[in-house]
Amino acid sequence: MSNLPLLDALSMASFAARGFLRLDAVVPDAINAQFLAEAGPPPQAVAGRKLLRTYGEMLAASGIPEVSAGVPLGQAYPQGSALSRLLALPVVAGAIRSLVGDDPVFDHHFLHVTFPSAYHEAAGGENVSQHTHQDSTIDPRTAFDLQIMYYPHAVTREMGGTRFVPGTHLRRVSEVAIGRYQNIRGQQHMVCEAGTLLFLHSGLWHGGGVNLSDRTRTMFKIRMNPSAPQGRKFDVSTLAPQAAQRPIFLVKTAQPQTVEQILMTPEPWFEQDTGRLEFVNRVRLWRYLTGDDRYDADYWLTRLETLATA
Amino acid sequence: MPRQKVLVLYLANSALDSPVIAWAVYDGTGATRPMAGDADEPPYRSGVDALKDGWRLFQASQLLPHPRGAEFDVSYLKYEFWFEQIVETAP
Repeated sequence: MSNLPLLDALSMASFAARGFLRLDAVVPDAINAQFLAEAGPPPQAVAGRKLLRTYGEMLAASGIPEVSAGVPLGQAYPQGSALSRLLALPVVAGAIRSLVGDDPVFDHHFLHVTFPSAYHEAAGGENVSQHTHQDSTIDPRTAFDLQIMYYPHAVTREMGGTRFVPGTHLRRVSEVAIGRYQNIRGQQHMVCEAGTLLFLHSGLWHGGGVNLSDRTRTMFKIRMNPSAPQGRKFDVSTLAPQAAQRPIFLVKTAQPQTVEQILMTPEPWFEQDTGRLEFVNRVRLWRYLTGDDRYDADYWLTRLETLATA
Repeated sequence: MPRQKVLVLYLANSALDSPVIAWAVYDGTGATRPMAGDADEPPYRSGVDALKDGWRLFQASQLLPHPRGAEFDVSYLKYEFWFEQIVETAP
């Protein structure tokens, strides 16, 4: 049993249902300041210089190391560096362990800097938001990677922030093929204090917001893969036994906050028919995360499996 | 000079009077610059509300059978409706 503060069953169910976990202001100021120093100061806007070149020079000058894909996450960052210290924070290490197990593998990282209008005007470009996308490529796994978005300074609404759409992580799409969807009901924008972390299921739809403030916005992303099946890595002592299915459809009173209630809560963007498929897929993910192949919520899979064997 | 404005609505089911769940706007007049994340509330409650406001429907997504073995896969938004307005602009 781990001594880390692991996620409890309700937090895990929320991640399974909605695809994200937000930890506000959990990284101490000292680590935030160290990270920003290691990342280096933002460049100046230079008339006529392409923003991509400015970006490239900033990355090259940054103290954040290049890291090869596939190394153990625990070996990715020098001891004492801001990112090593961040990953060692018990609340962070406990959440990582809960979601991707004990020995995650480093996939990639990137320093995302979103420039205000003056930089785009100097470069002759347009200051626009990033199209909504799903990272990497089509991913048919039930297993998932974890992406940690780290906000080392406070982010205001004017600065844009990461836009993400809760509950989209189980949709199998091809990266920015979804760029046509400008706005989706229920979308959220990261407005947060310094030291906030956003843990994302690798399938969650997201995009960078347009920066309408007068300062650069910095976010650092780390992606990691599980090295083993992700079942029962959270605090399973908080998992309430499921004695029976609860009443469905004709329900007379408000339901208590249980794993089933969380998994069966729709998002504002759910289509009326495929919203039910989302429930089916959430139950399947919960089976994977708990190692319980017989688990069901609100009879969705029991009904289908009964028919399949009749 | 006539210019096209385009509105894309994603609805909760295949009926044009069902609620809007996602949307996009493209403005060929250049008067506005819609972009991802620029509004959290839809411009219309339903596709029919867009018709009432003068938008002309020119395309709707088909209803396609579900591939065998992939009946429970979820992917792109299913109920996509394209509308246009033709706007006169100064030459």
